[in-house]
Amino acid sequence: MNAVSLDNVVDDAWAILAEIPDPEIPVISLVELGIIRDVRLTDGRVEVDVLPTYSGCPATEVIEADVLAALAEGGLPNPTVRRVLSPAWTTDFIADSGREKLRAYGIAPPAGRVGKRSIFAEDRPAACPRCASTRTSKVSEFGSTPCKASWRCDACLEPFEYFKCI
Amino acid sequence: MDRDSVALAYTLRLGDNALVLSQRLIQLVANGPELEEELANANIALDYLGQARMFYTYAGELEGKGRTEDDFAFLRDPGEFQNVLLVEQPDGHFGDTVVRQVLFDSFYLLQLEALAGCNDRRLCEIAERAVKEVRYHLRHASQWLVRLGDGTVLSHERVRASLDELWRFTGELFSGDEIDRAFHEACAGPDLASIEHAWRSDIRTLLAEATLEMPADGWMASGGRRGIHSEQFSYLIAEMQQLPRNHPGASW
Repeated sequence: MNAVSLDNVVDDAWAILAEIPDPEIPVISLVELGIIRDVRLTDGRVEVDVLPTYSGCPATEVIEADVLAALAEGGLPNPTVRRVLSPAWTTDFIADSGREKLRAYGIAPPAGRVGKRSIFAEDRPAACPRCASTRTSKVSEFGSTPCKASWRCDACLEPFEYFKCI
Repeated sequence: MDRDSVALAYTLRLGDNALVLSQRLIQLVANGPELEEELANANIALDYLGQARMFYTYAGELEGKGRTEDDFAFLRDPGEFQNVLLVEQPDGHFGDTVVRQVLFDSFYLLQLEALAGCNDRRLCEIAERAVKEVRYHLRHASQWLVRLGDGTVLSHERVRASLDELWRFTGELFSGDEIDRAFHEACAGPDLASIEHAWRSDIRTLLAEATLEMPADGWMASGGRRGIHSEQFSYLIAEMQQLPRNHPGASW
């Protein structure tokens, strides 16, 4: 028998979730990305609340499938995933450890905190993730996924992506 | 109309605006003026598509007849769509696309901000999510409007003509009908008069920055909310629905 103790089931679920990589940025886990909103045990079932990053993020369905598969493989009872919209996900939810992993991977992490309504407020990376120069230029406010913008380092001349503040 | 019927009608319109603008922007993929704007348009279109999916899914739940997001998007005729005419206007040249985006996003942002305070919890949640995206889109489009308006003689002249051309579609944004009024009353929804006031102020500031004059209000086109659309709208819907109409139930 390998019956799972229900006492630790929520902790076990968090531990499993902390190992699931984001499908588009695999160096960072779903927990570090801040999209796992809640894990709880309800009537003997593990329920996970997942926040979508962007309304149209195509990774959302993949993430939900990954969560279900990992929890089932971990032997947790009847896992279910609930997509929740509130509170709206913000880059402020990204853990500090996740920010450092993004930088090491070559993606400049979101700089600072999300500003309030300001159409022309500057949102720029703190430094080039490769050479750490602060001499950087924006190439495009959009990038290869909804959460990133395209930038260039004017010191090492390498292009890089910036995880934009939202 | 009971409360759910009002919320359903209003939600479908929100979905229609988002879906149709998304489809217009998708038509620019592989036709963008440069790679970076290609990426931008595709990303913006994706956000709108995601918003449309959330609105349609909720509409299906409110209706309670088992219709899904796909049924609303792919199995309705052009006359059943109630988007405003502005979002279905052709992409035109890049200046046209930018002006359409600025005029609509600046309205939609205010609409979503008001929606986030309505008493329909689901719509509040969708709006809370979408408002961040639309604010980002508006920033992008606004920067382009300033660059083009305050750019060269040629770019200024072309974008001024775009503004004059599209201005006649802005009246419909604020000409509320019984559904707008019912949603405002039943669900504490957006008040179009105060949105129009704020929109004019925002647009006036932005146009000044772009060295463009605010066009005079002349005749305003309307009909989108009654399902009366421009000729080119049928082509847009036909292209969007081609696959599910010809291969019902297709999946991969």
